[in-house]
Amino acid sequence: MKKIFFFTILFFILFVVANQSYGRSGKDTTKNTASGQLVPDADNAGLKLPNGFGAIVADTGLGAARHLAVTSKGDIYVKLEDLKDGKGIYYLHDADGDGKFEVKTGFGNYAGTGMAIRNGYLYASSNTDVYRYKLDANEKVSDTTPEKIITGLLARHEHESKSVVLDNDGNIYVNIGAYSNACQKQDRTKGSPAMNPCPILDSAGGIWQFKADKPNQTYGDGTRYATGLRNVVGLDWNTDINALFVMQHGRDQLHDLFPDMYDTKQSAELPAECMYQLKKGDNAGWPYIYYDQVQHKKIQAPEYGGDGKKEAGENAIDPVVAFPGHMAPNGLLFYEGNMFPEKYMHGAFIAFHGSWNRAPEPQKGFFVAFVPFKDGKPSGDWEIFADDFAGSNQIMSSNTAKHRPCGLAQGPDGSLYVSDDQGGTIYRIIYTGK
Amino acid sequence: MKKTIFSFFLITVFSFVFARQSSLNSSIERGKKLYEQYCLTCHQADGGGVPKMNPPLINTSYVTGDKQKLVQWVLKGSTESVPIDGKYYSNNMPPQAYLKDEEIADILTYIRNSFGNKASAITATEVKGIRAITK
Repeated sequence: MKKIFFFTILFFILFVVANQSYGRSGKDTTKNTASGQLVPDADNAGLKLPNGFGAIVADTGLGAARHLAVTSKGDIYVKLEDLKDGKGIYYLHDADGDGKFEVKTGFGNYAGTGMAIRNGYLYASSNTDVYRYKLDANEKVSDTTPEKIITGLLARHEHESKSVVLDNDGNIYVNIGAYSNACQKQDRTKGSPAMNPCPILDSAGGIWQFKADKPNQTYGDGTRYATGLRNVVGLDWNTDINALFVMQHGRDQLHDLFPDMYDTKQSAELPAECMYQLKKGDNAGWPYIYYDQVQHKKIQAPEYGGDGKKEAGENAIDPVVAFPGHMAPNGLLFYEGNMFPEKYMHGAFIAFHGSWNRAPEPQKGFFVAFVPFKDGKPSGDWEIFADDFAGSNQIMSSNTAKHRPCGLAQGPDGSLYVSDDQGGTIYRIIYTGK
Repeated sequence: MKKTIFSFFLITVFSFVFARQSSLNSSIERGKKLYEQYCLTCHQADGGGVPKMNPPLINTSYVTGDKQKLVQWVLKGSTESVPIDGKYYSNNMPPQAYLKDEEIADILTYIRNSFGNKASAITATEVKGIRAITK
């Protein structure tokens, strides 16, 4: 009798142990290793990454996924430029820890670009307004009634999207893009003269500062923090030196408008897409000048009397980094995580949406770039960090790119999230090397 | 005699069709060069446009439909936020009224017969007539 009891117990123990190890190895074949580490997708989500990095398709099917923000619990809020099932913001949650979001709920009946989290609030923008939602103890939006913070911002066809970022002193910064390419009387029209002074700059073509917690602010309540910025989509607050950094989309069509001054190759490369560090009152010079990254000079715009060589803009600030033209920087993030190697700490990631204005030359961009930083200044050259979003080496027409990087956000574990507004994918880039 | 008349008739028909075809082809050829010079930057090499910014010229009634509407679009450009086949495009299109009637006819004949499109040619005379009634 004792023997039977003993064997029964033994079998029971063996059964439990076997089951447990089966369960664990079962999990191994999904996404987590036994130690609980994330496992990249076999094809790294189709991306080309530096050694030691991997990528996971965290979500797909979101459509025009613009900017995104991650809570301290690792959940994501993403802003959509096209409503999906009538909703413009999606909450994404990874319930089983495999790096893929199974829980998706939408709210907010407006489309837009801006998305940020600060001081217990989620901030979201349409093309004219900025809203916020209180986050509860789980960092979730339980009340989806928006509180309108800023209203009535200009959106006149071109460069309508409003990106937002917050500082540590209760301010929110909003990009108001210029509704023009080069401030000509007739936009993008060969031979149409420039308006001088450019009247757009009083209410657009810059970054405006508002209070983060005051409802229904309009232009009169805000401050034009910096001007002479044609269009900014990617921007971030650098917490290392407490300063605003923005990425400007440079002007288009130098060859189309001035074929005698610029050939198609020059027009594809110029002007630079610029990263600027902004202080209050700064002027980056648009539309009067552009930055030429080949000559390393601020050049007078041809609409304002320039010839491609004449320098101007003595009062305009210089860029911190100058990239090749038209690559469309839509996301900027200073990396403060612990997951990536030392080199990446405090550095800047830039999501380049990819060009259209380089034709007949091949298009360029469609990647995430990296610039190392030390003490708030670049400490080396820029490089491509994550590539092959477009799904092809040579893109002649930008509509053929399968994915286009747009927003960047850092997870609490140090993962880098990249949103894609063409293929509707959220990528999670992780470091698995030692 | 009947045979001769019949042959003459056939030759006339063929040469008419051939001449029409070759004038269509040369219009498309001229239109392609002009497209590359004036349109390609925005509407792209494949005519597919740029998502959200510049509308595609493929598979849209704007290109293959009403000639007057299409010619006027080229003459006047567009700065309006209007949906095109249900989608919005943000870039302004400059007016192209400086192009000659024949150039506009060639460009539009080219785009109406390229990128998978198949629609009738547009003639310089038609452009001239539409320009006259366009303000």
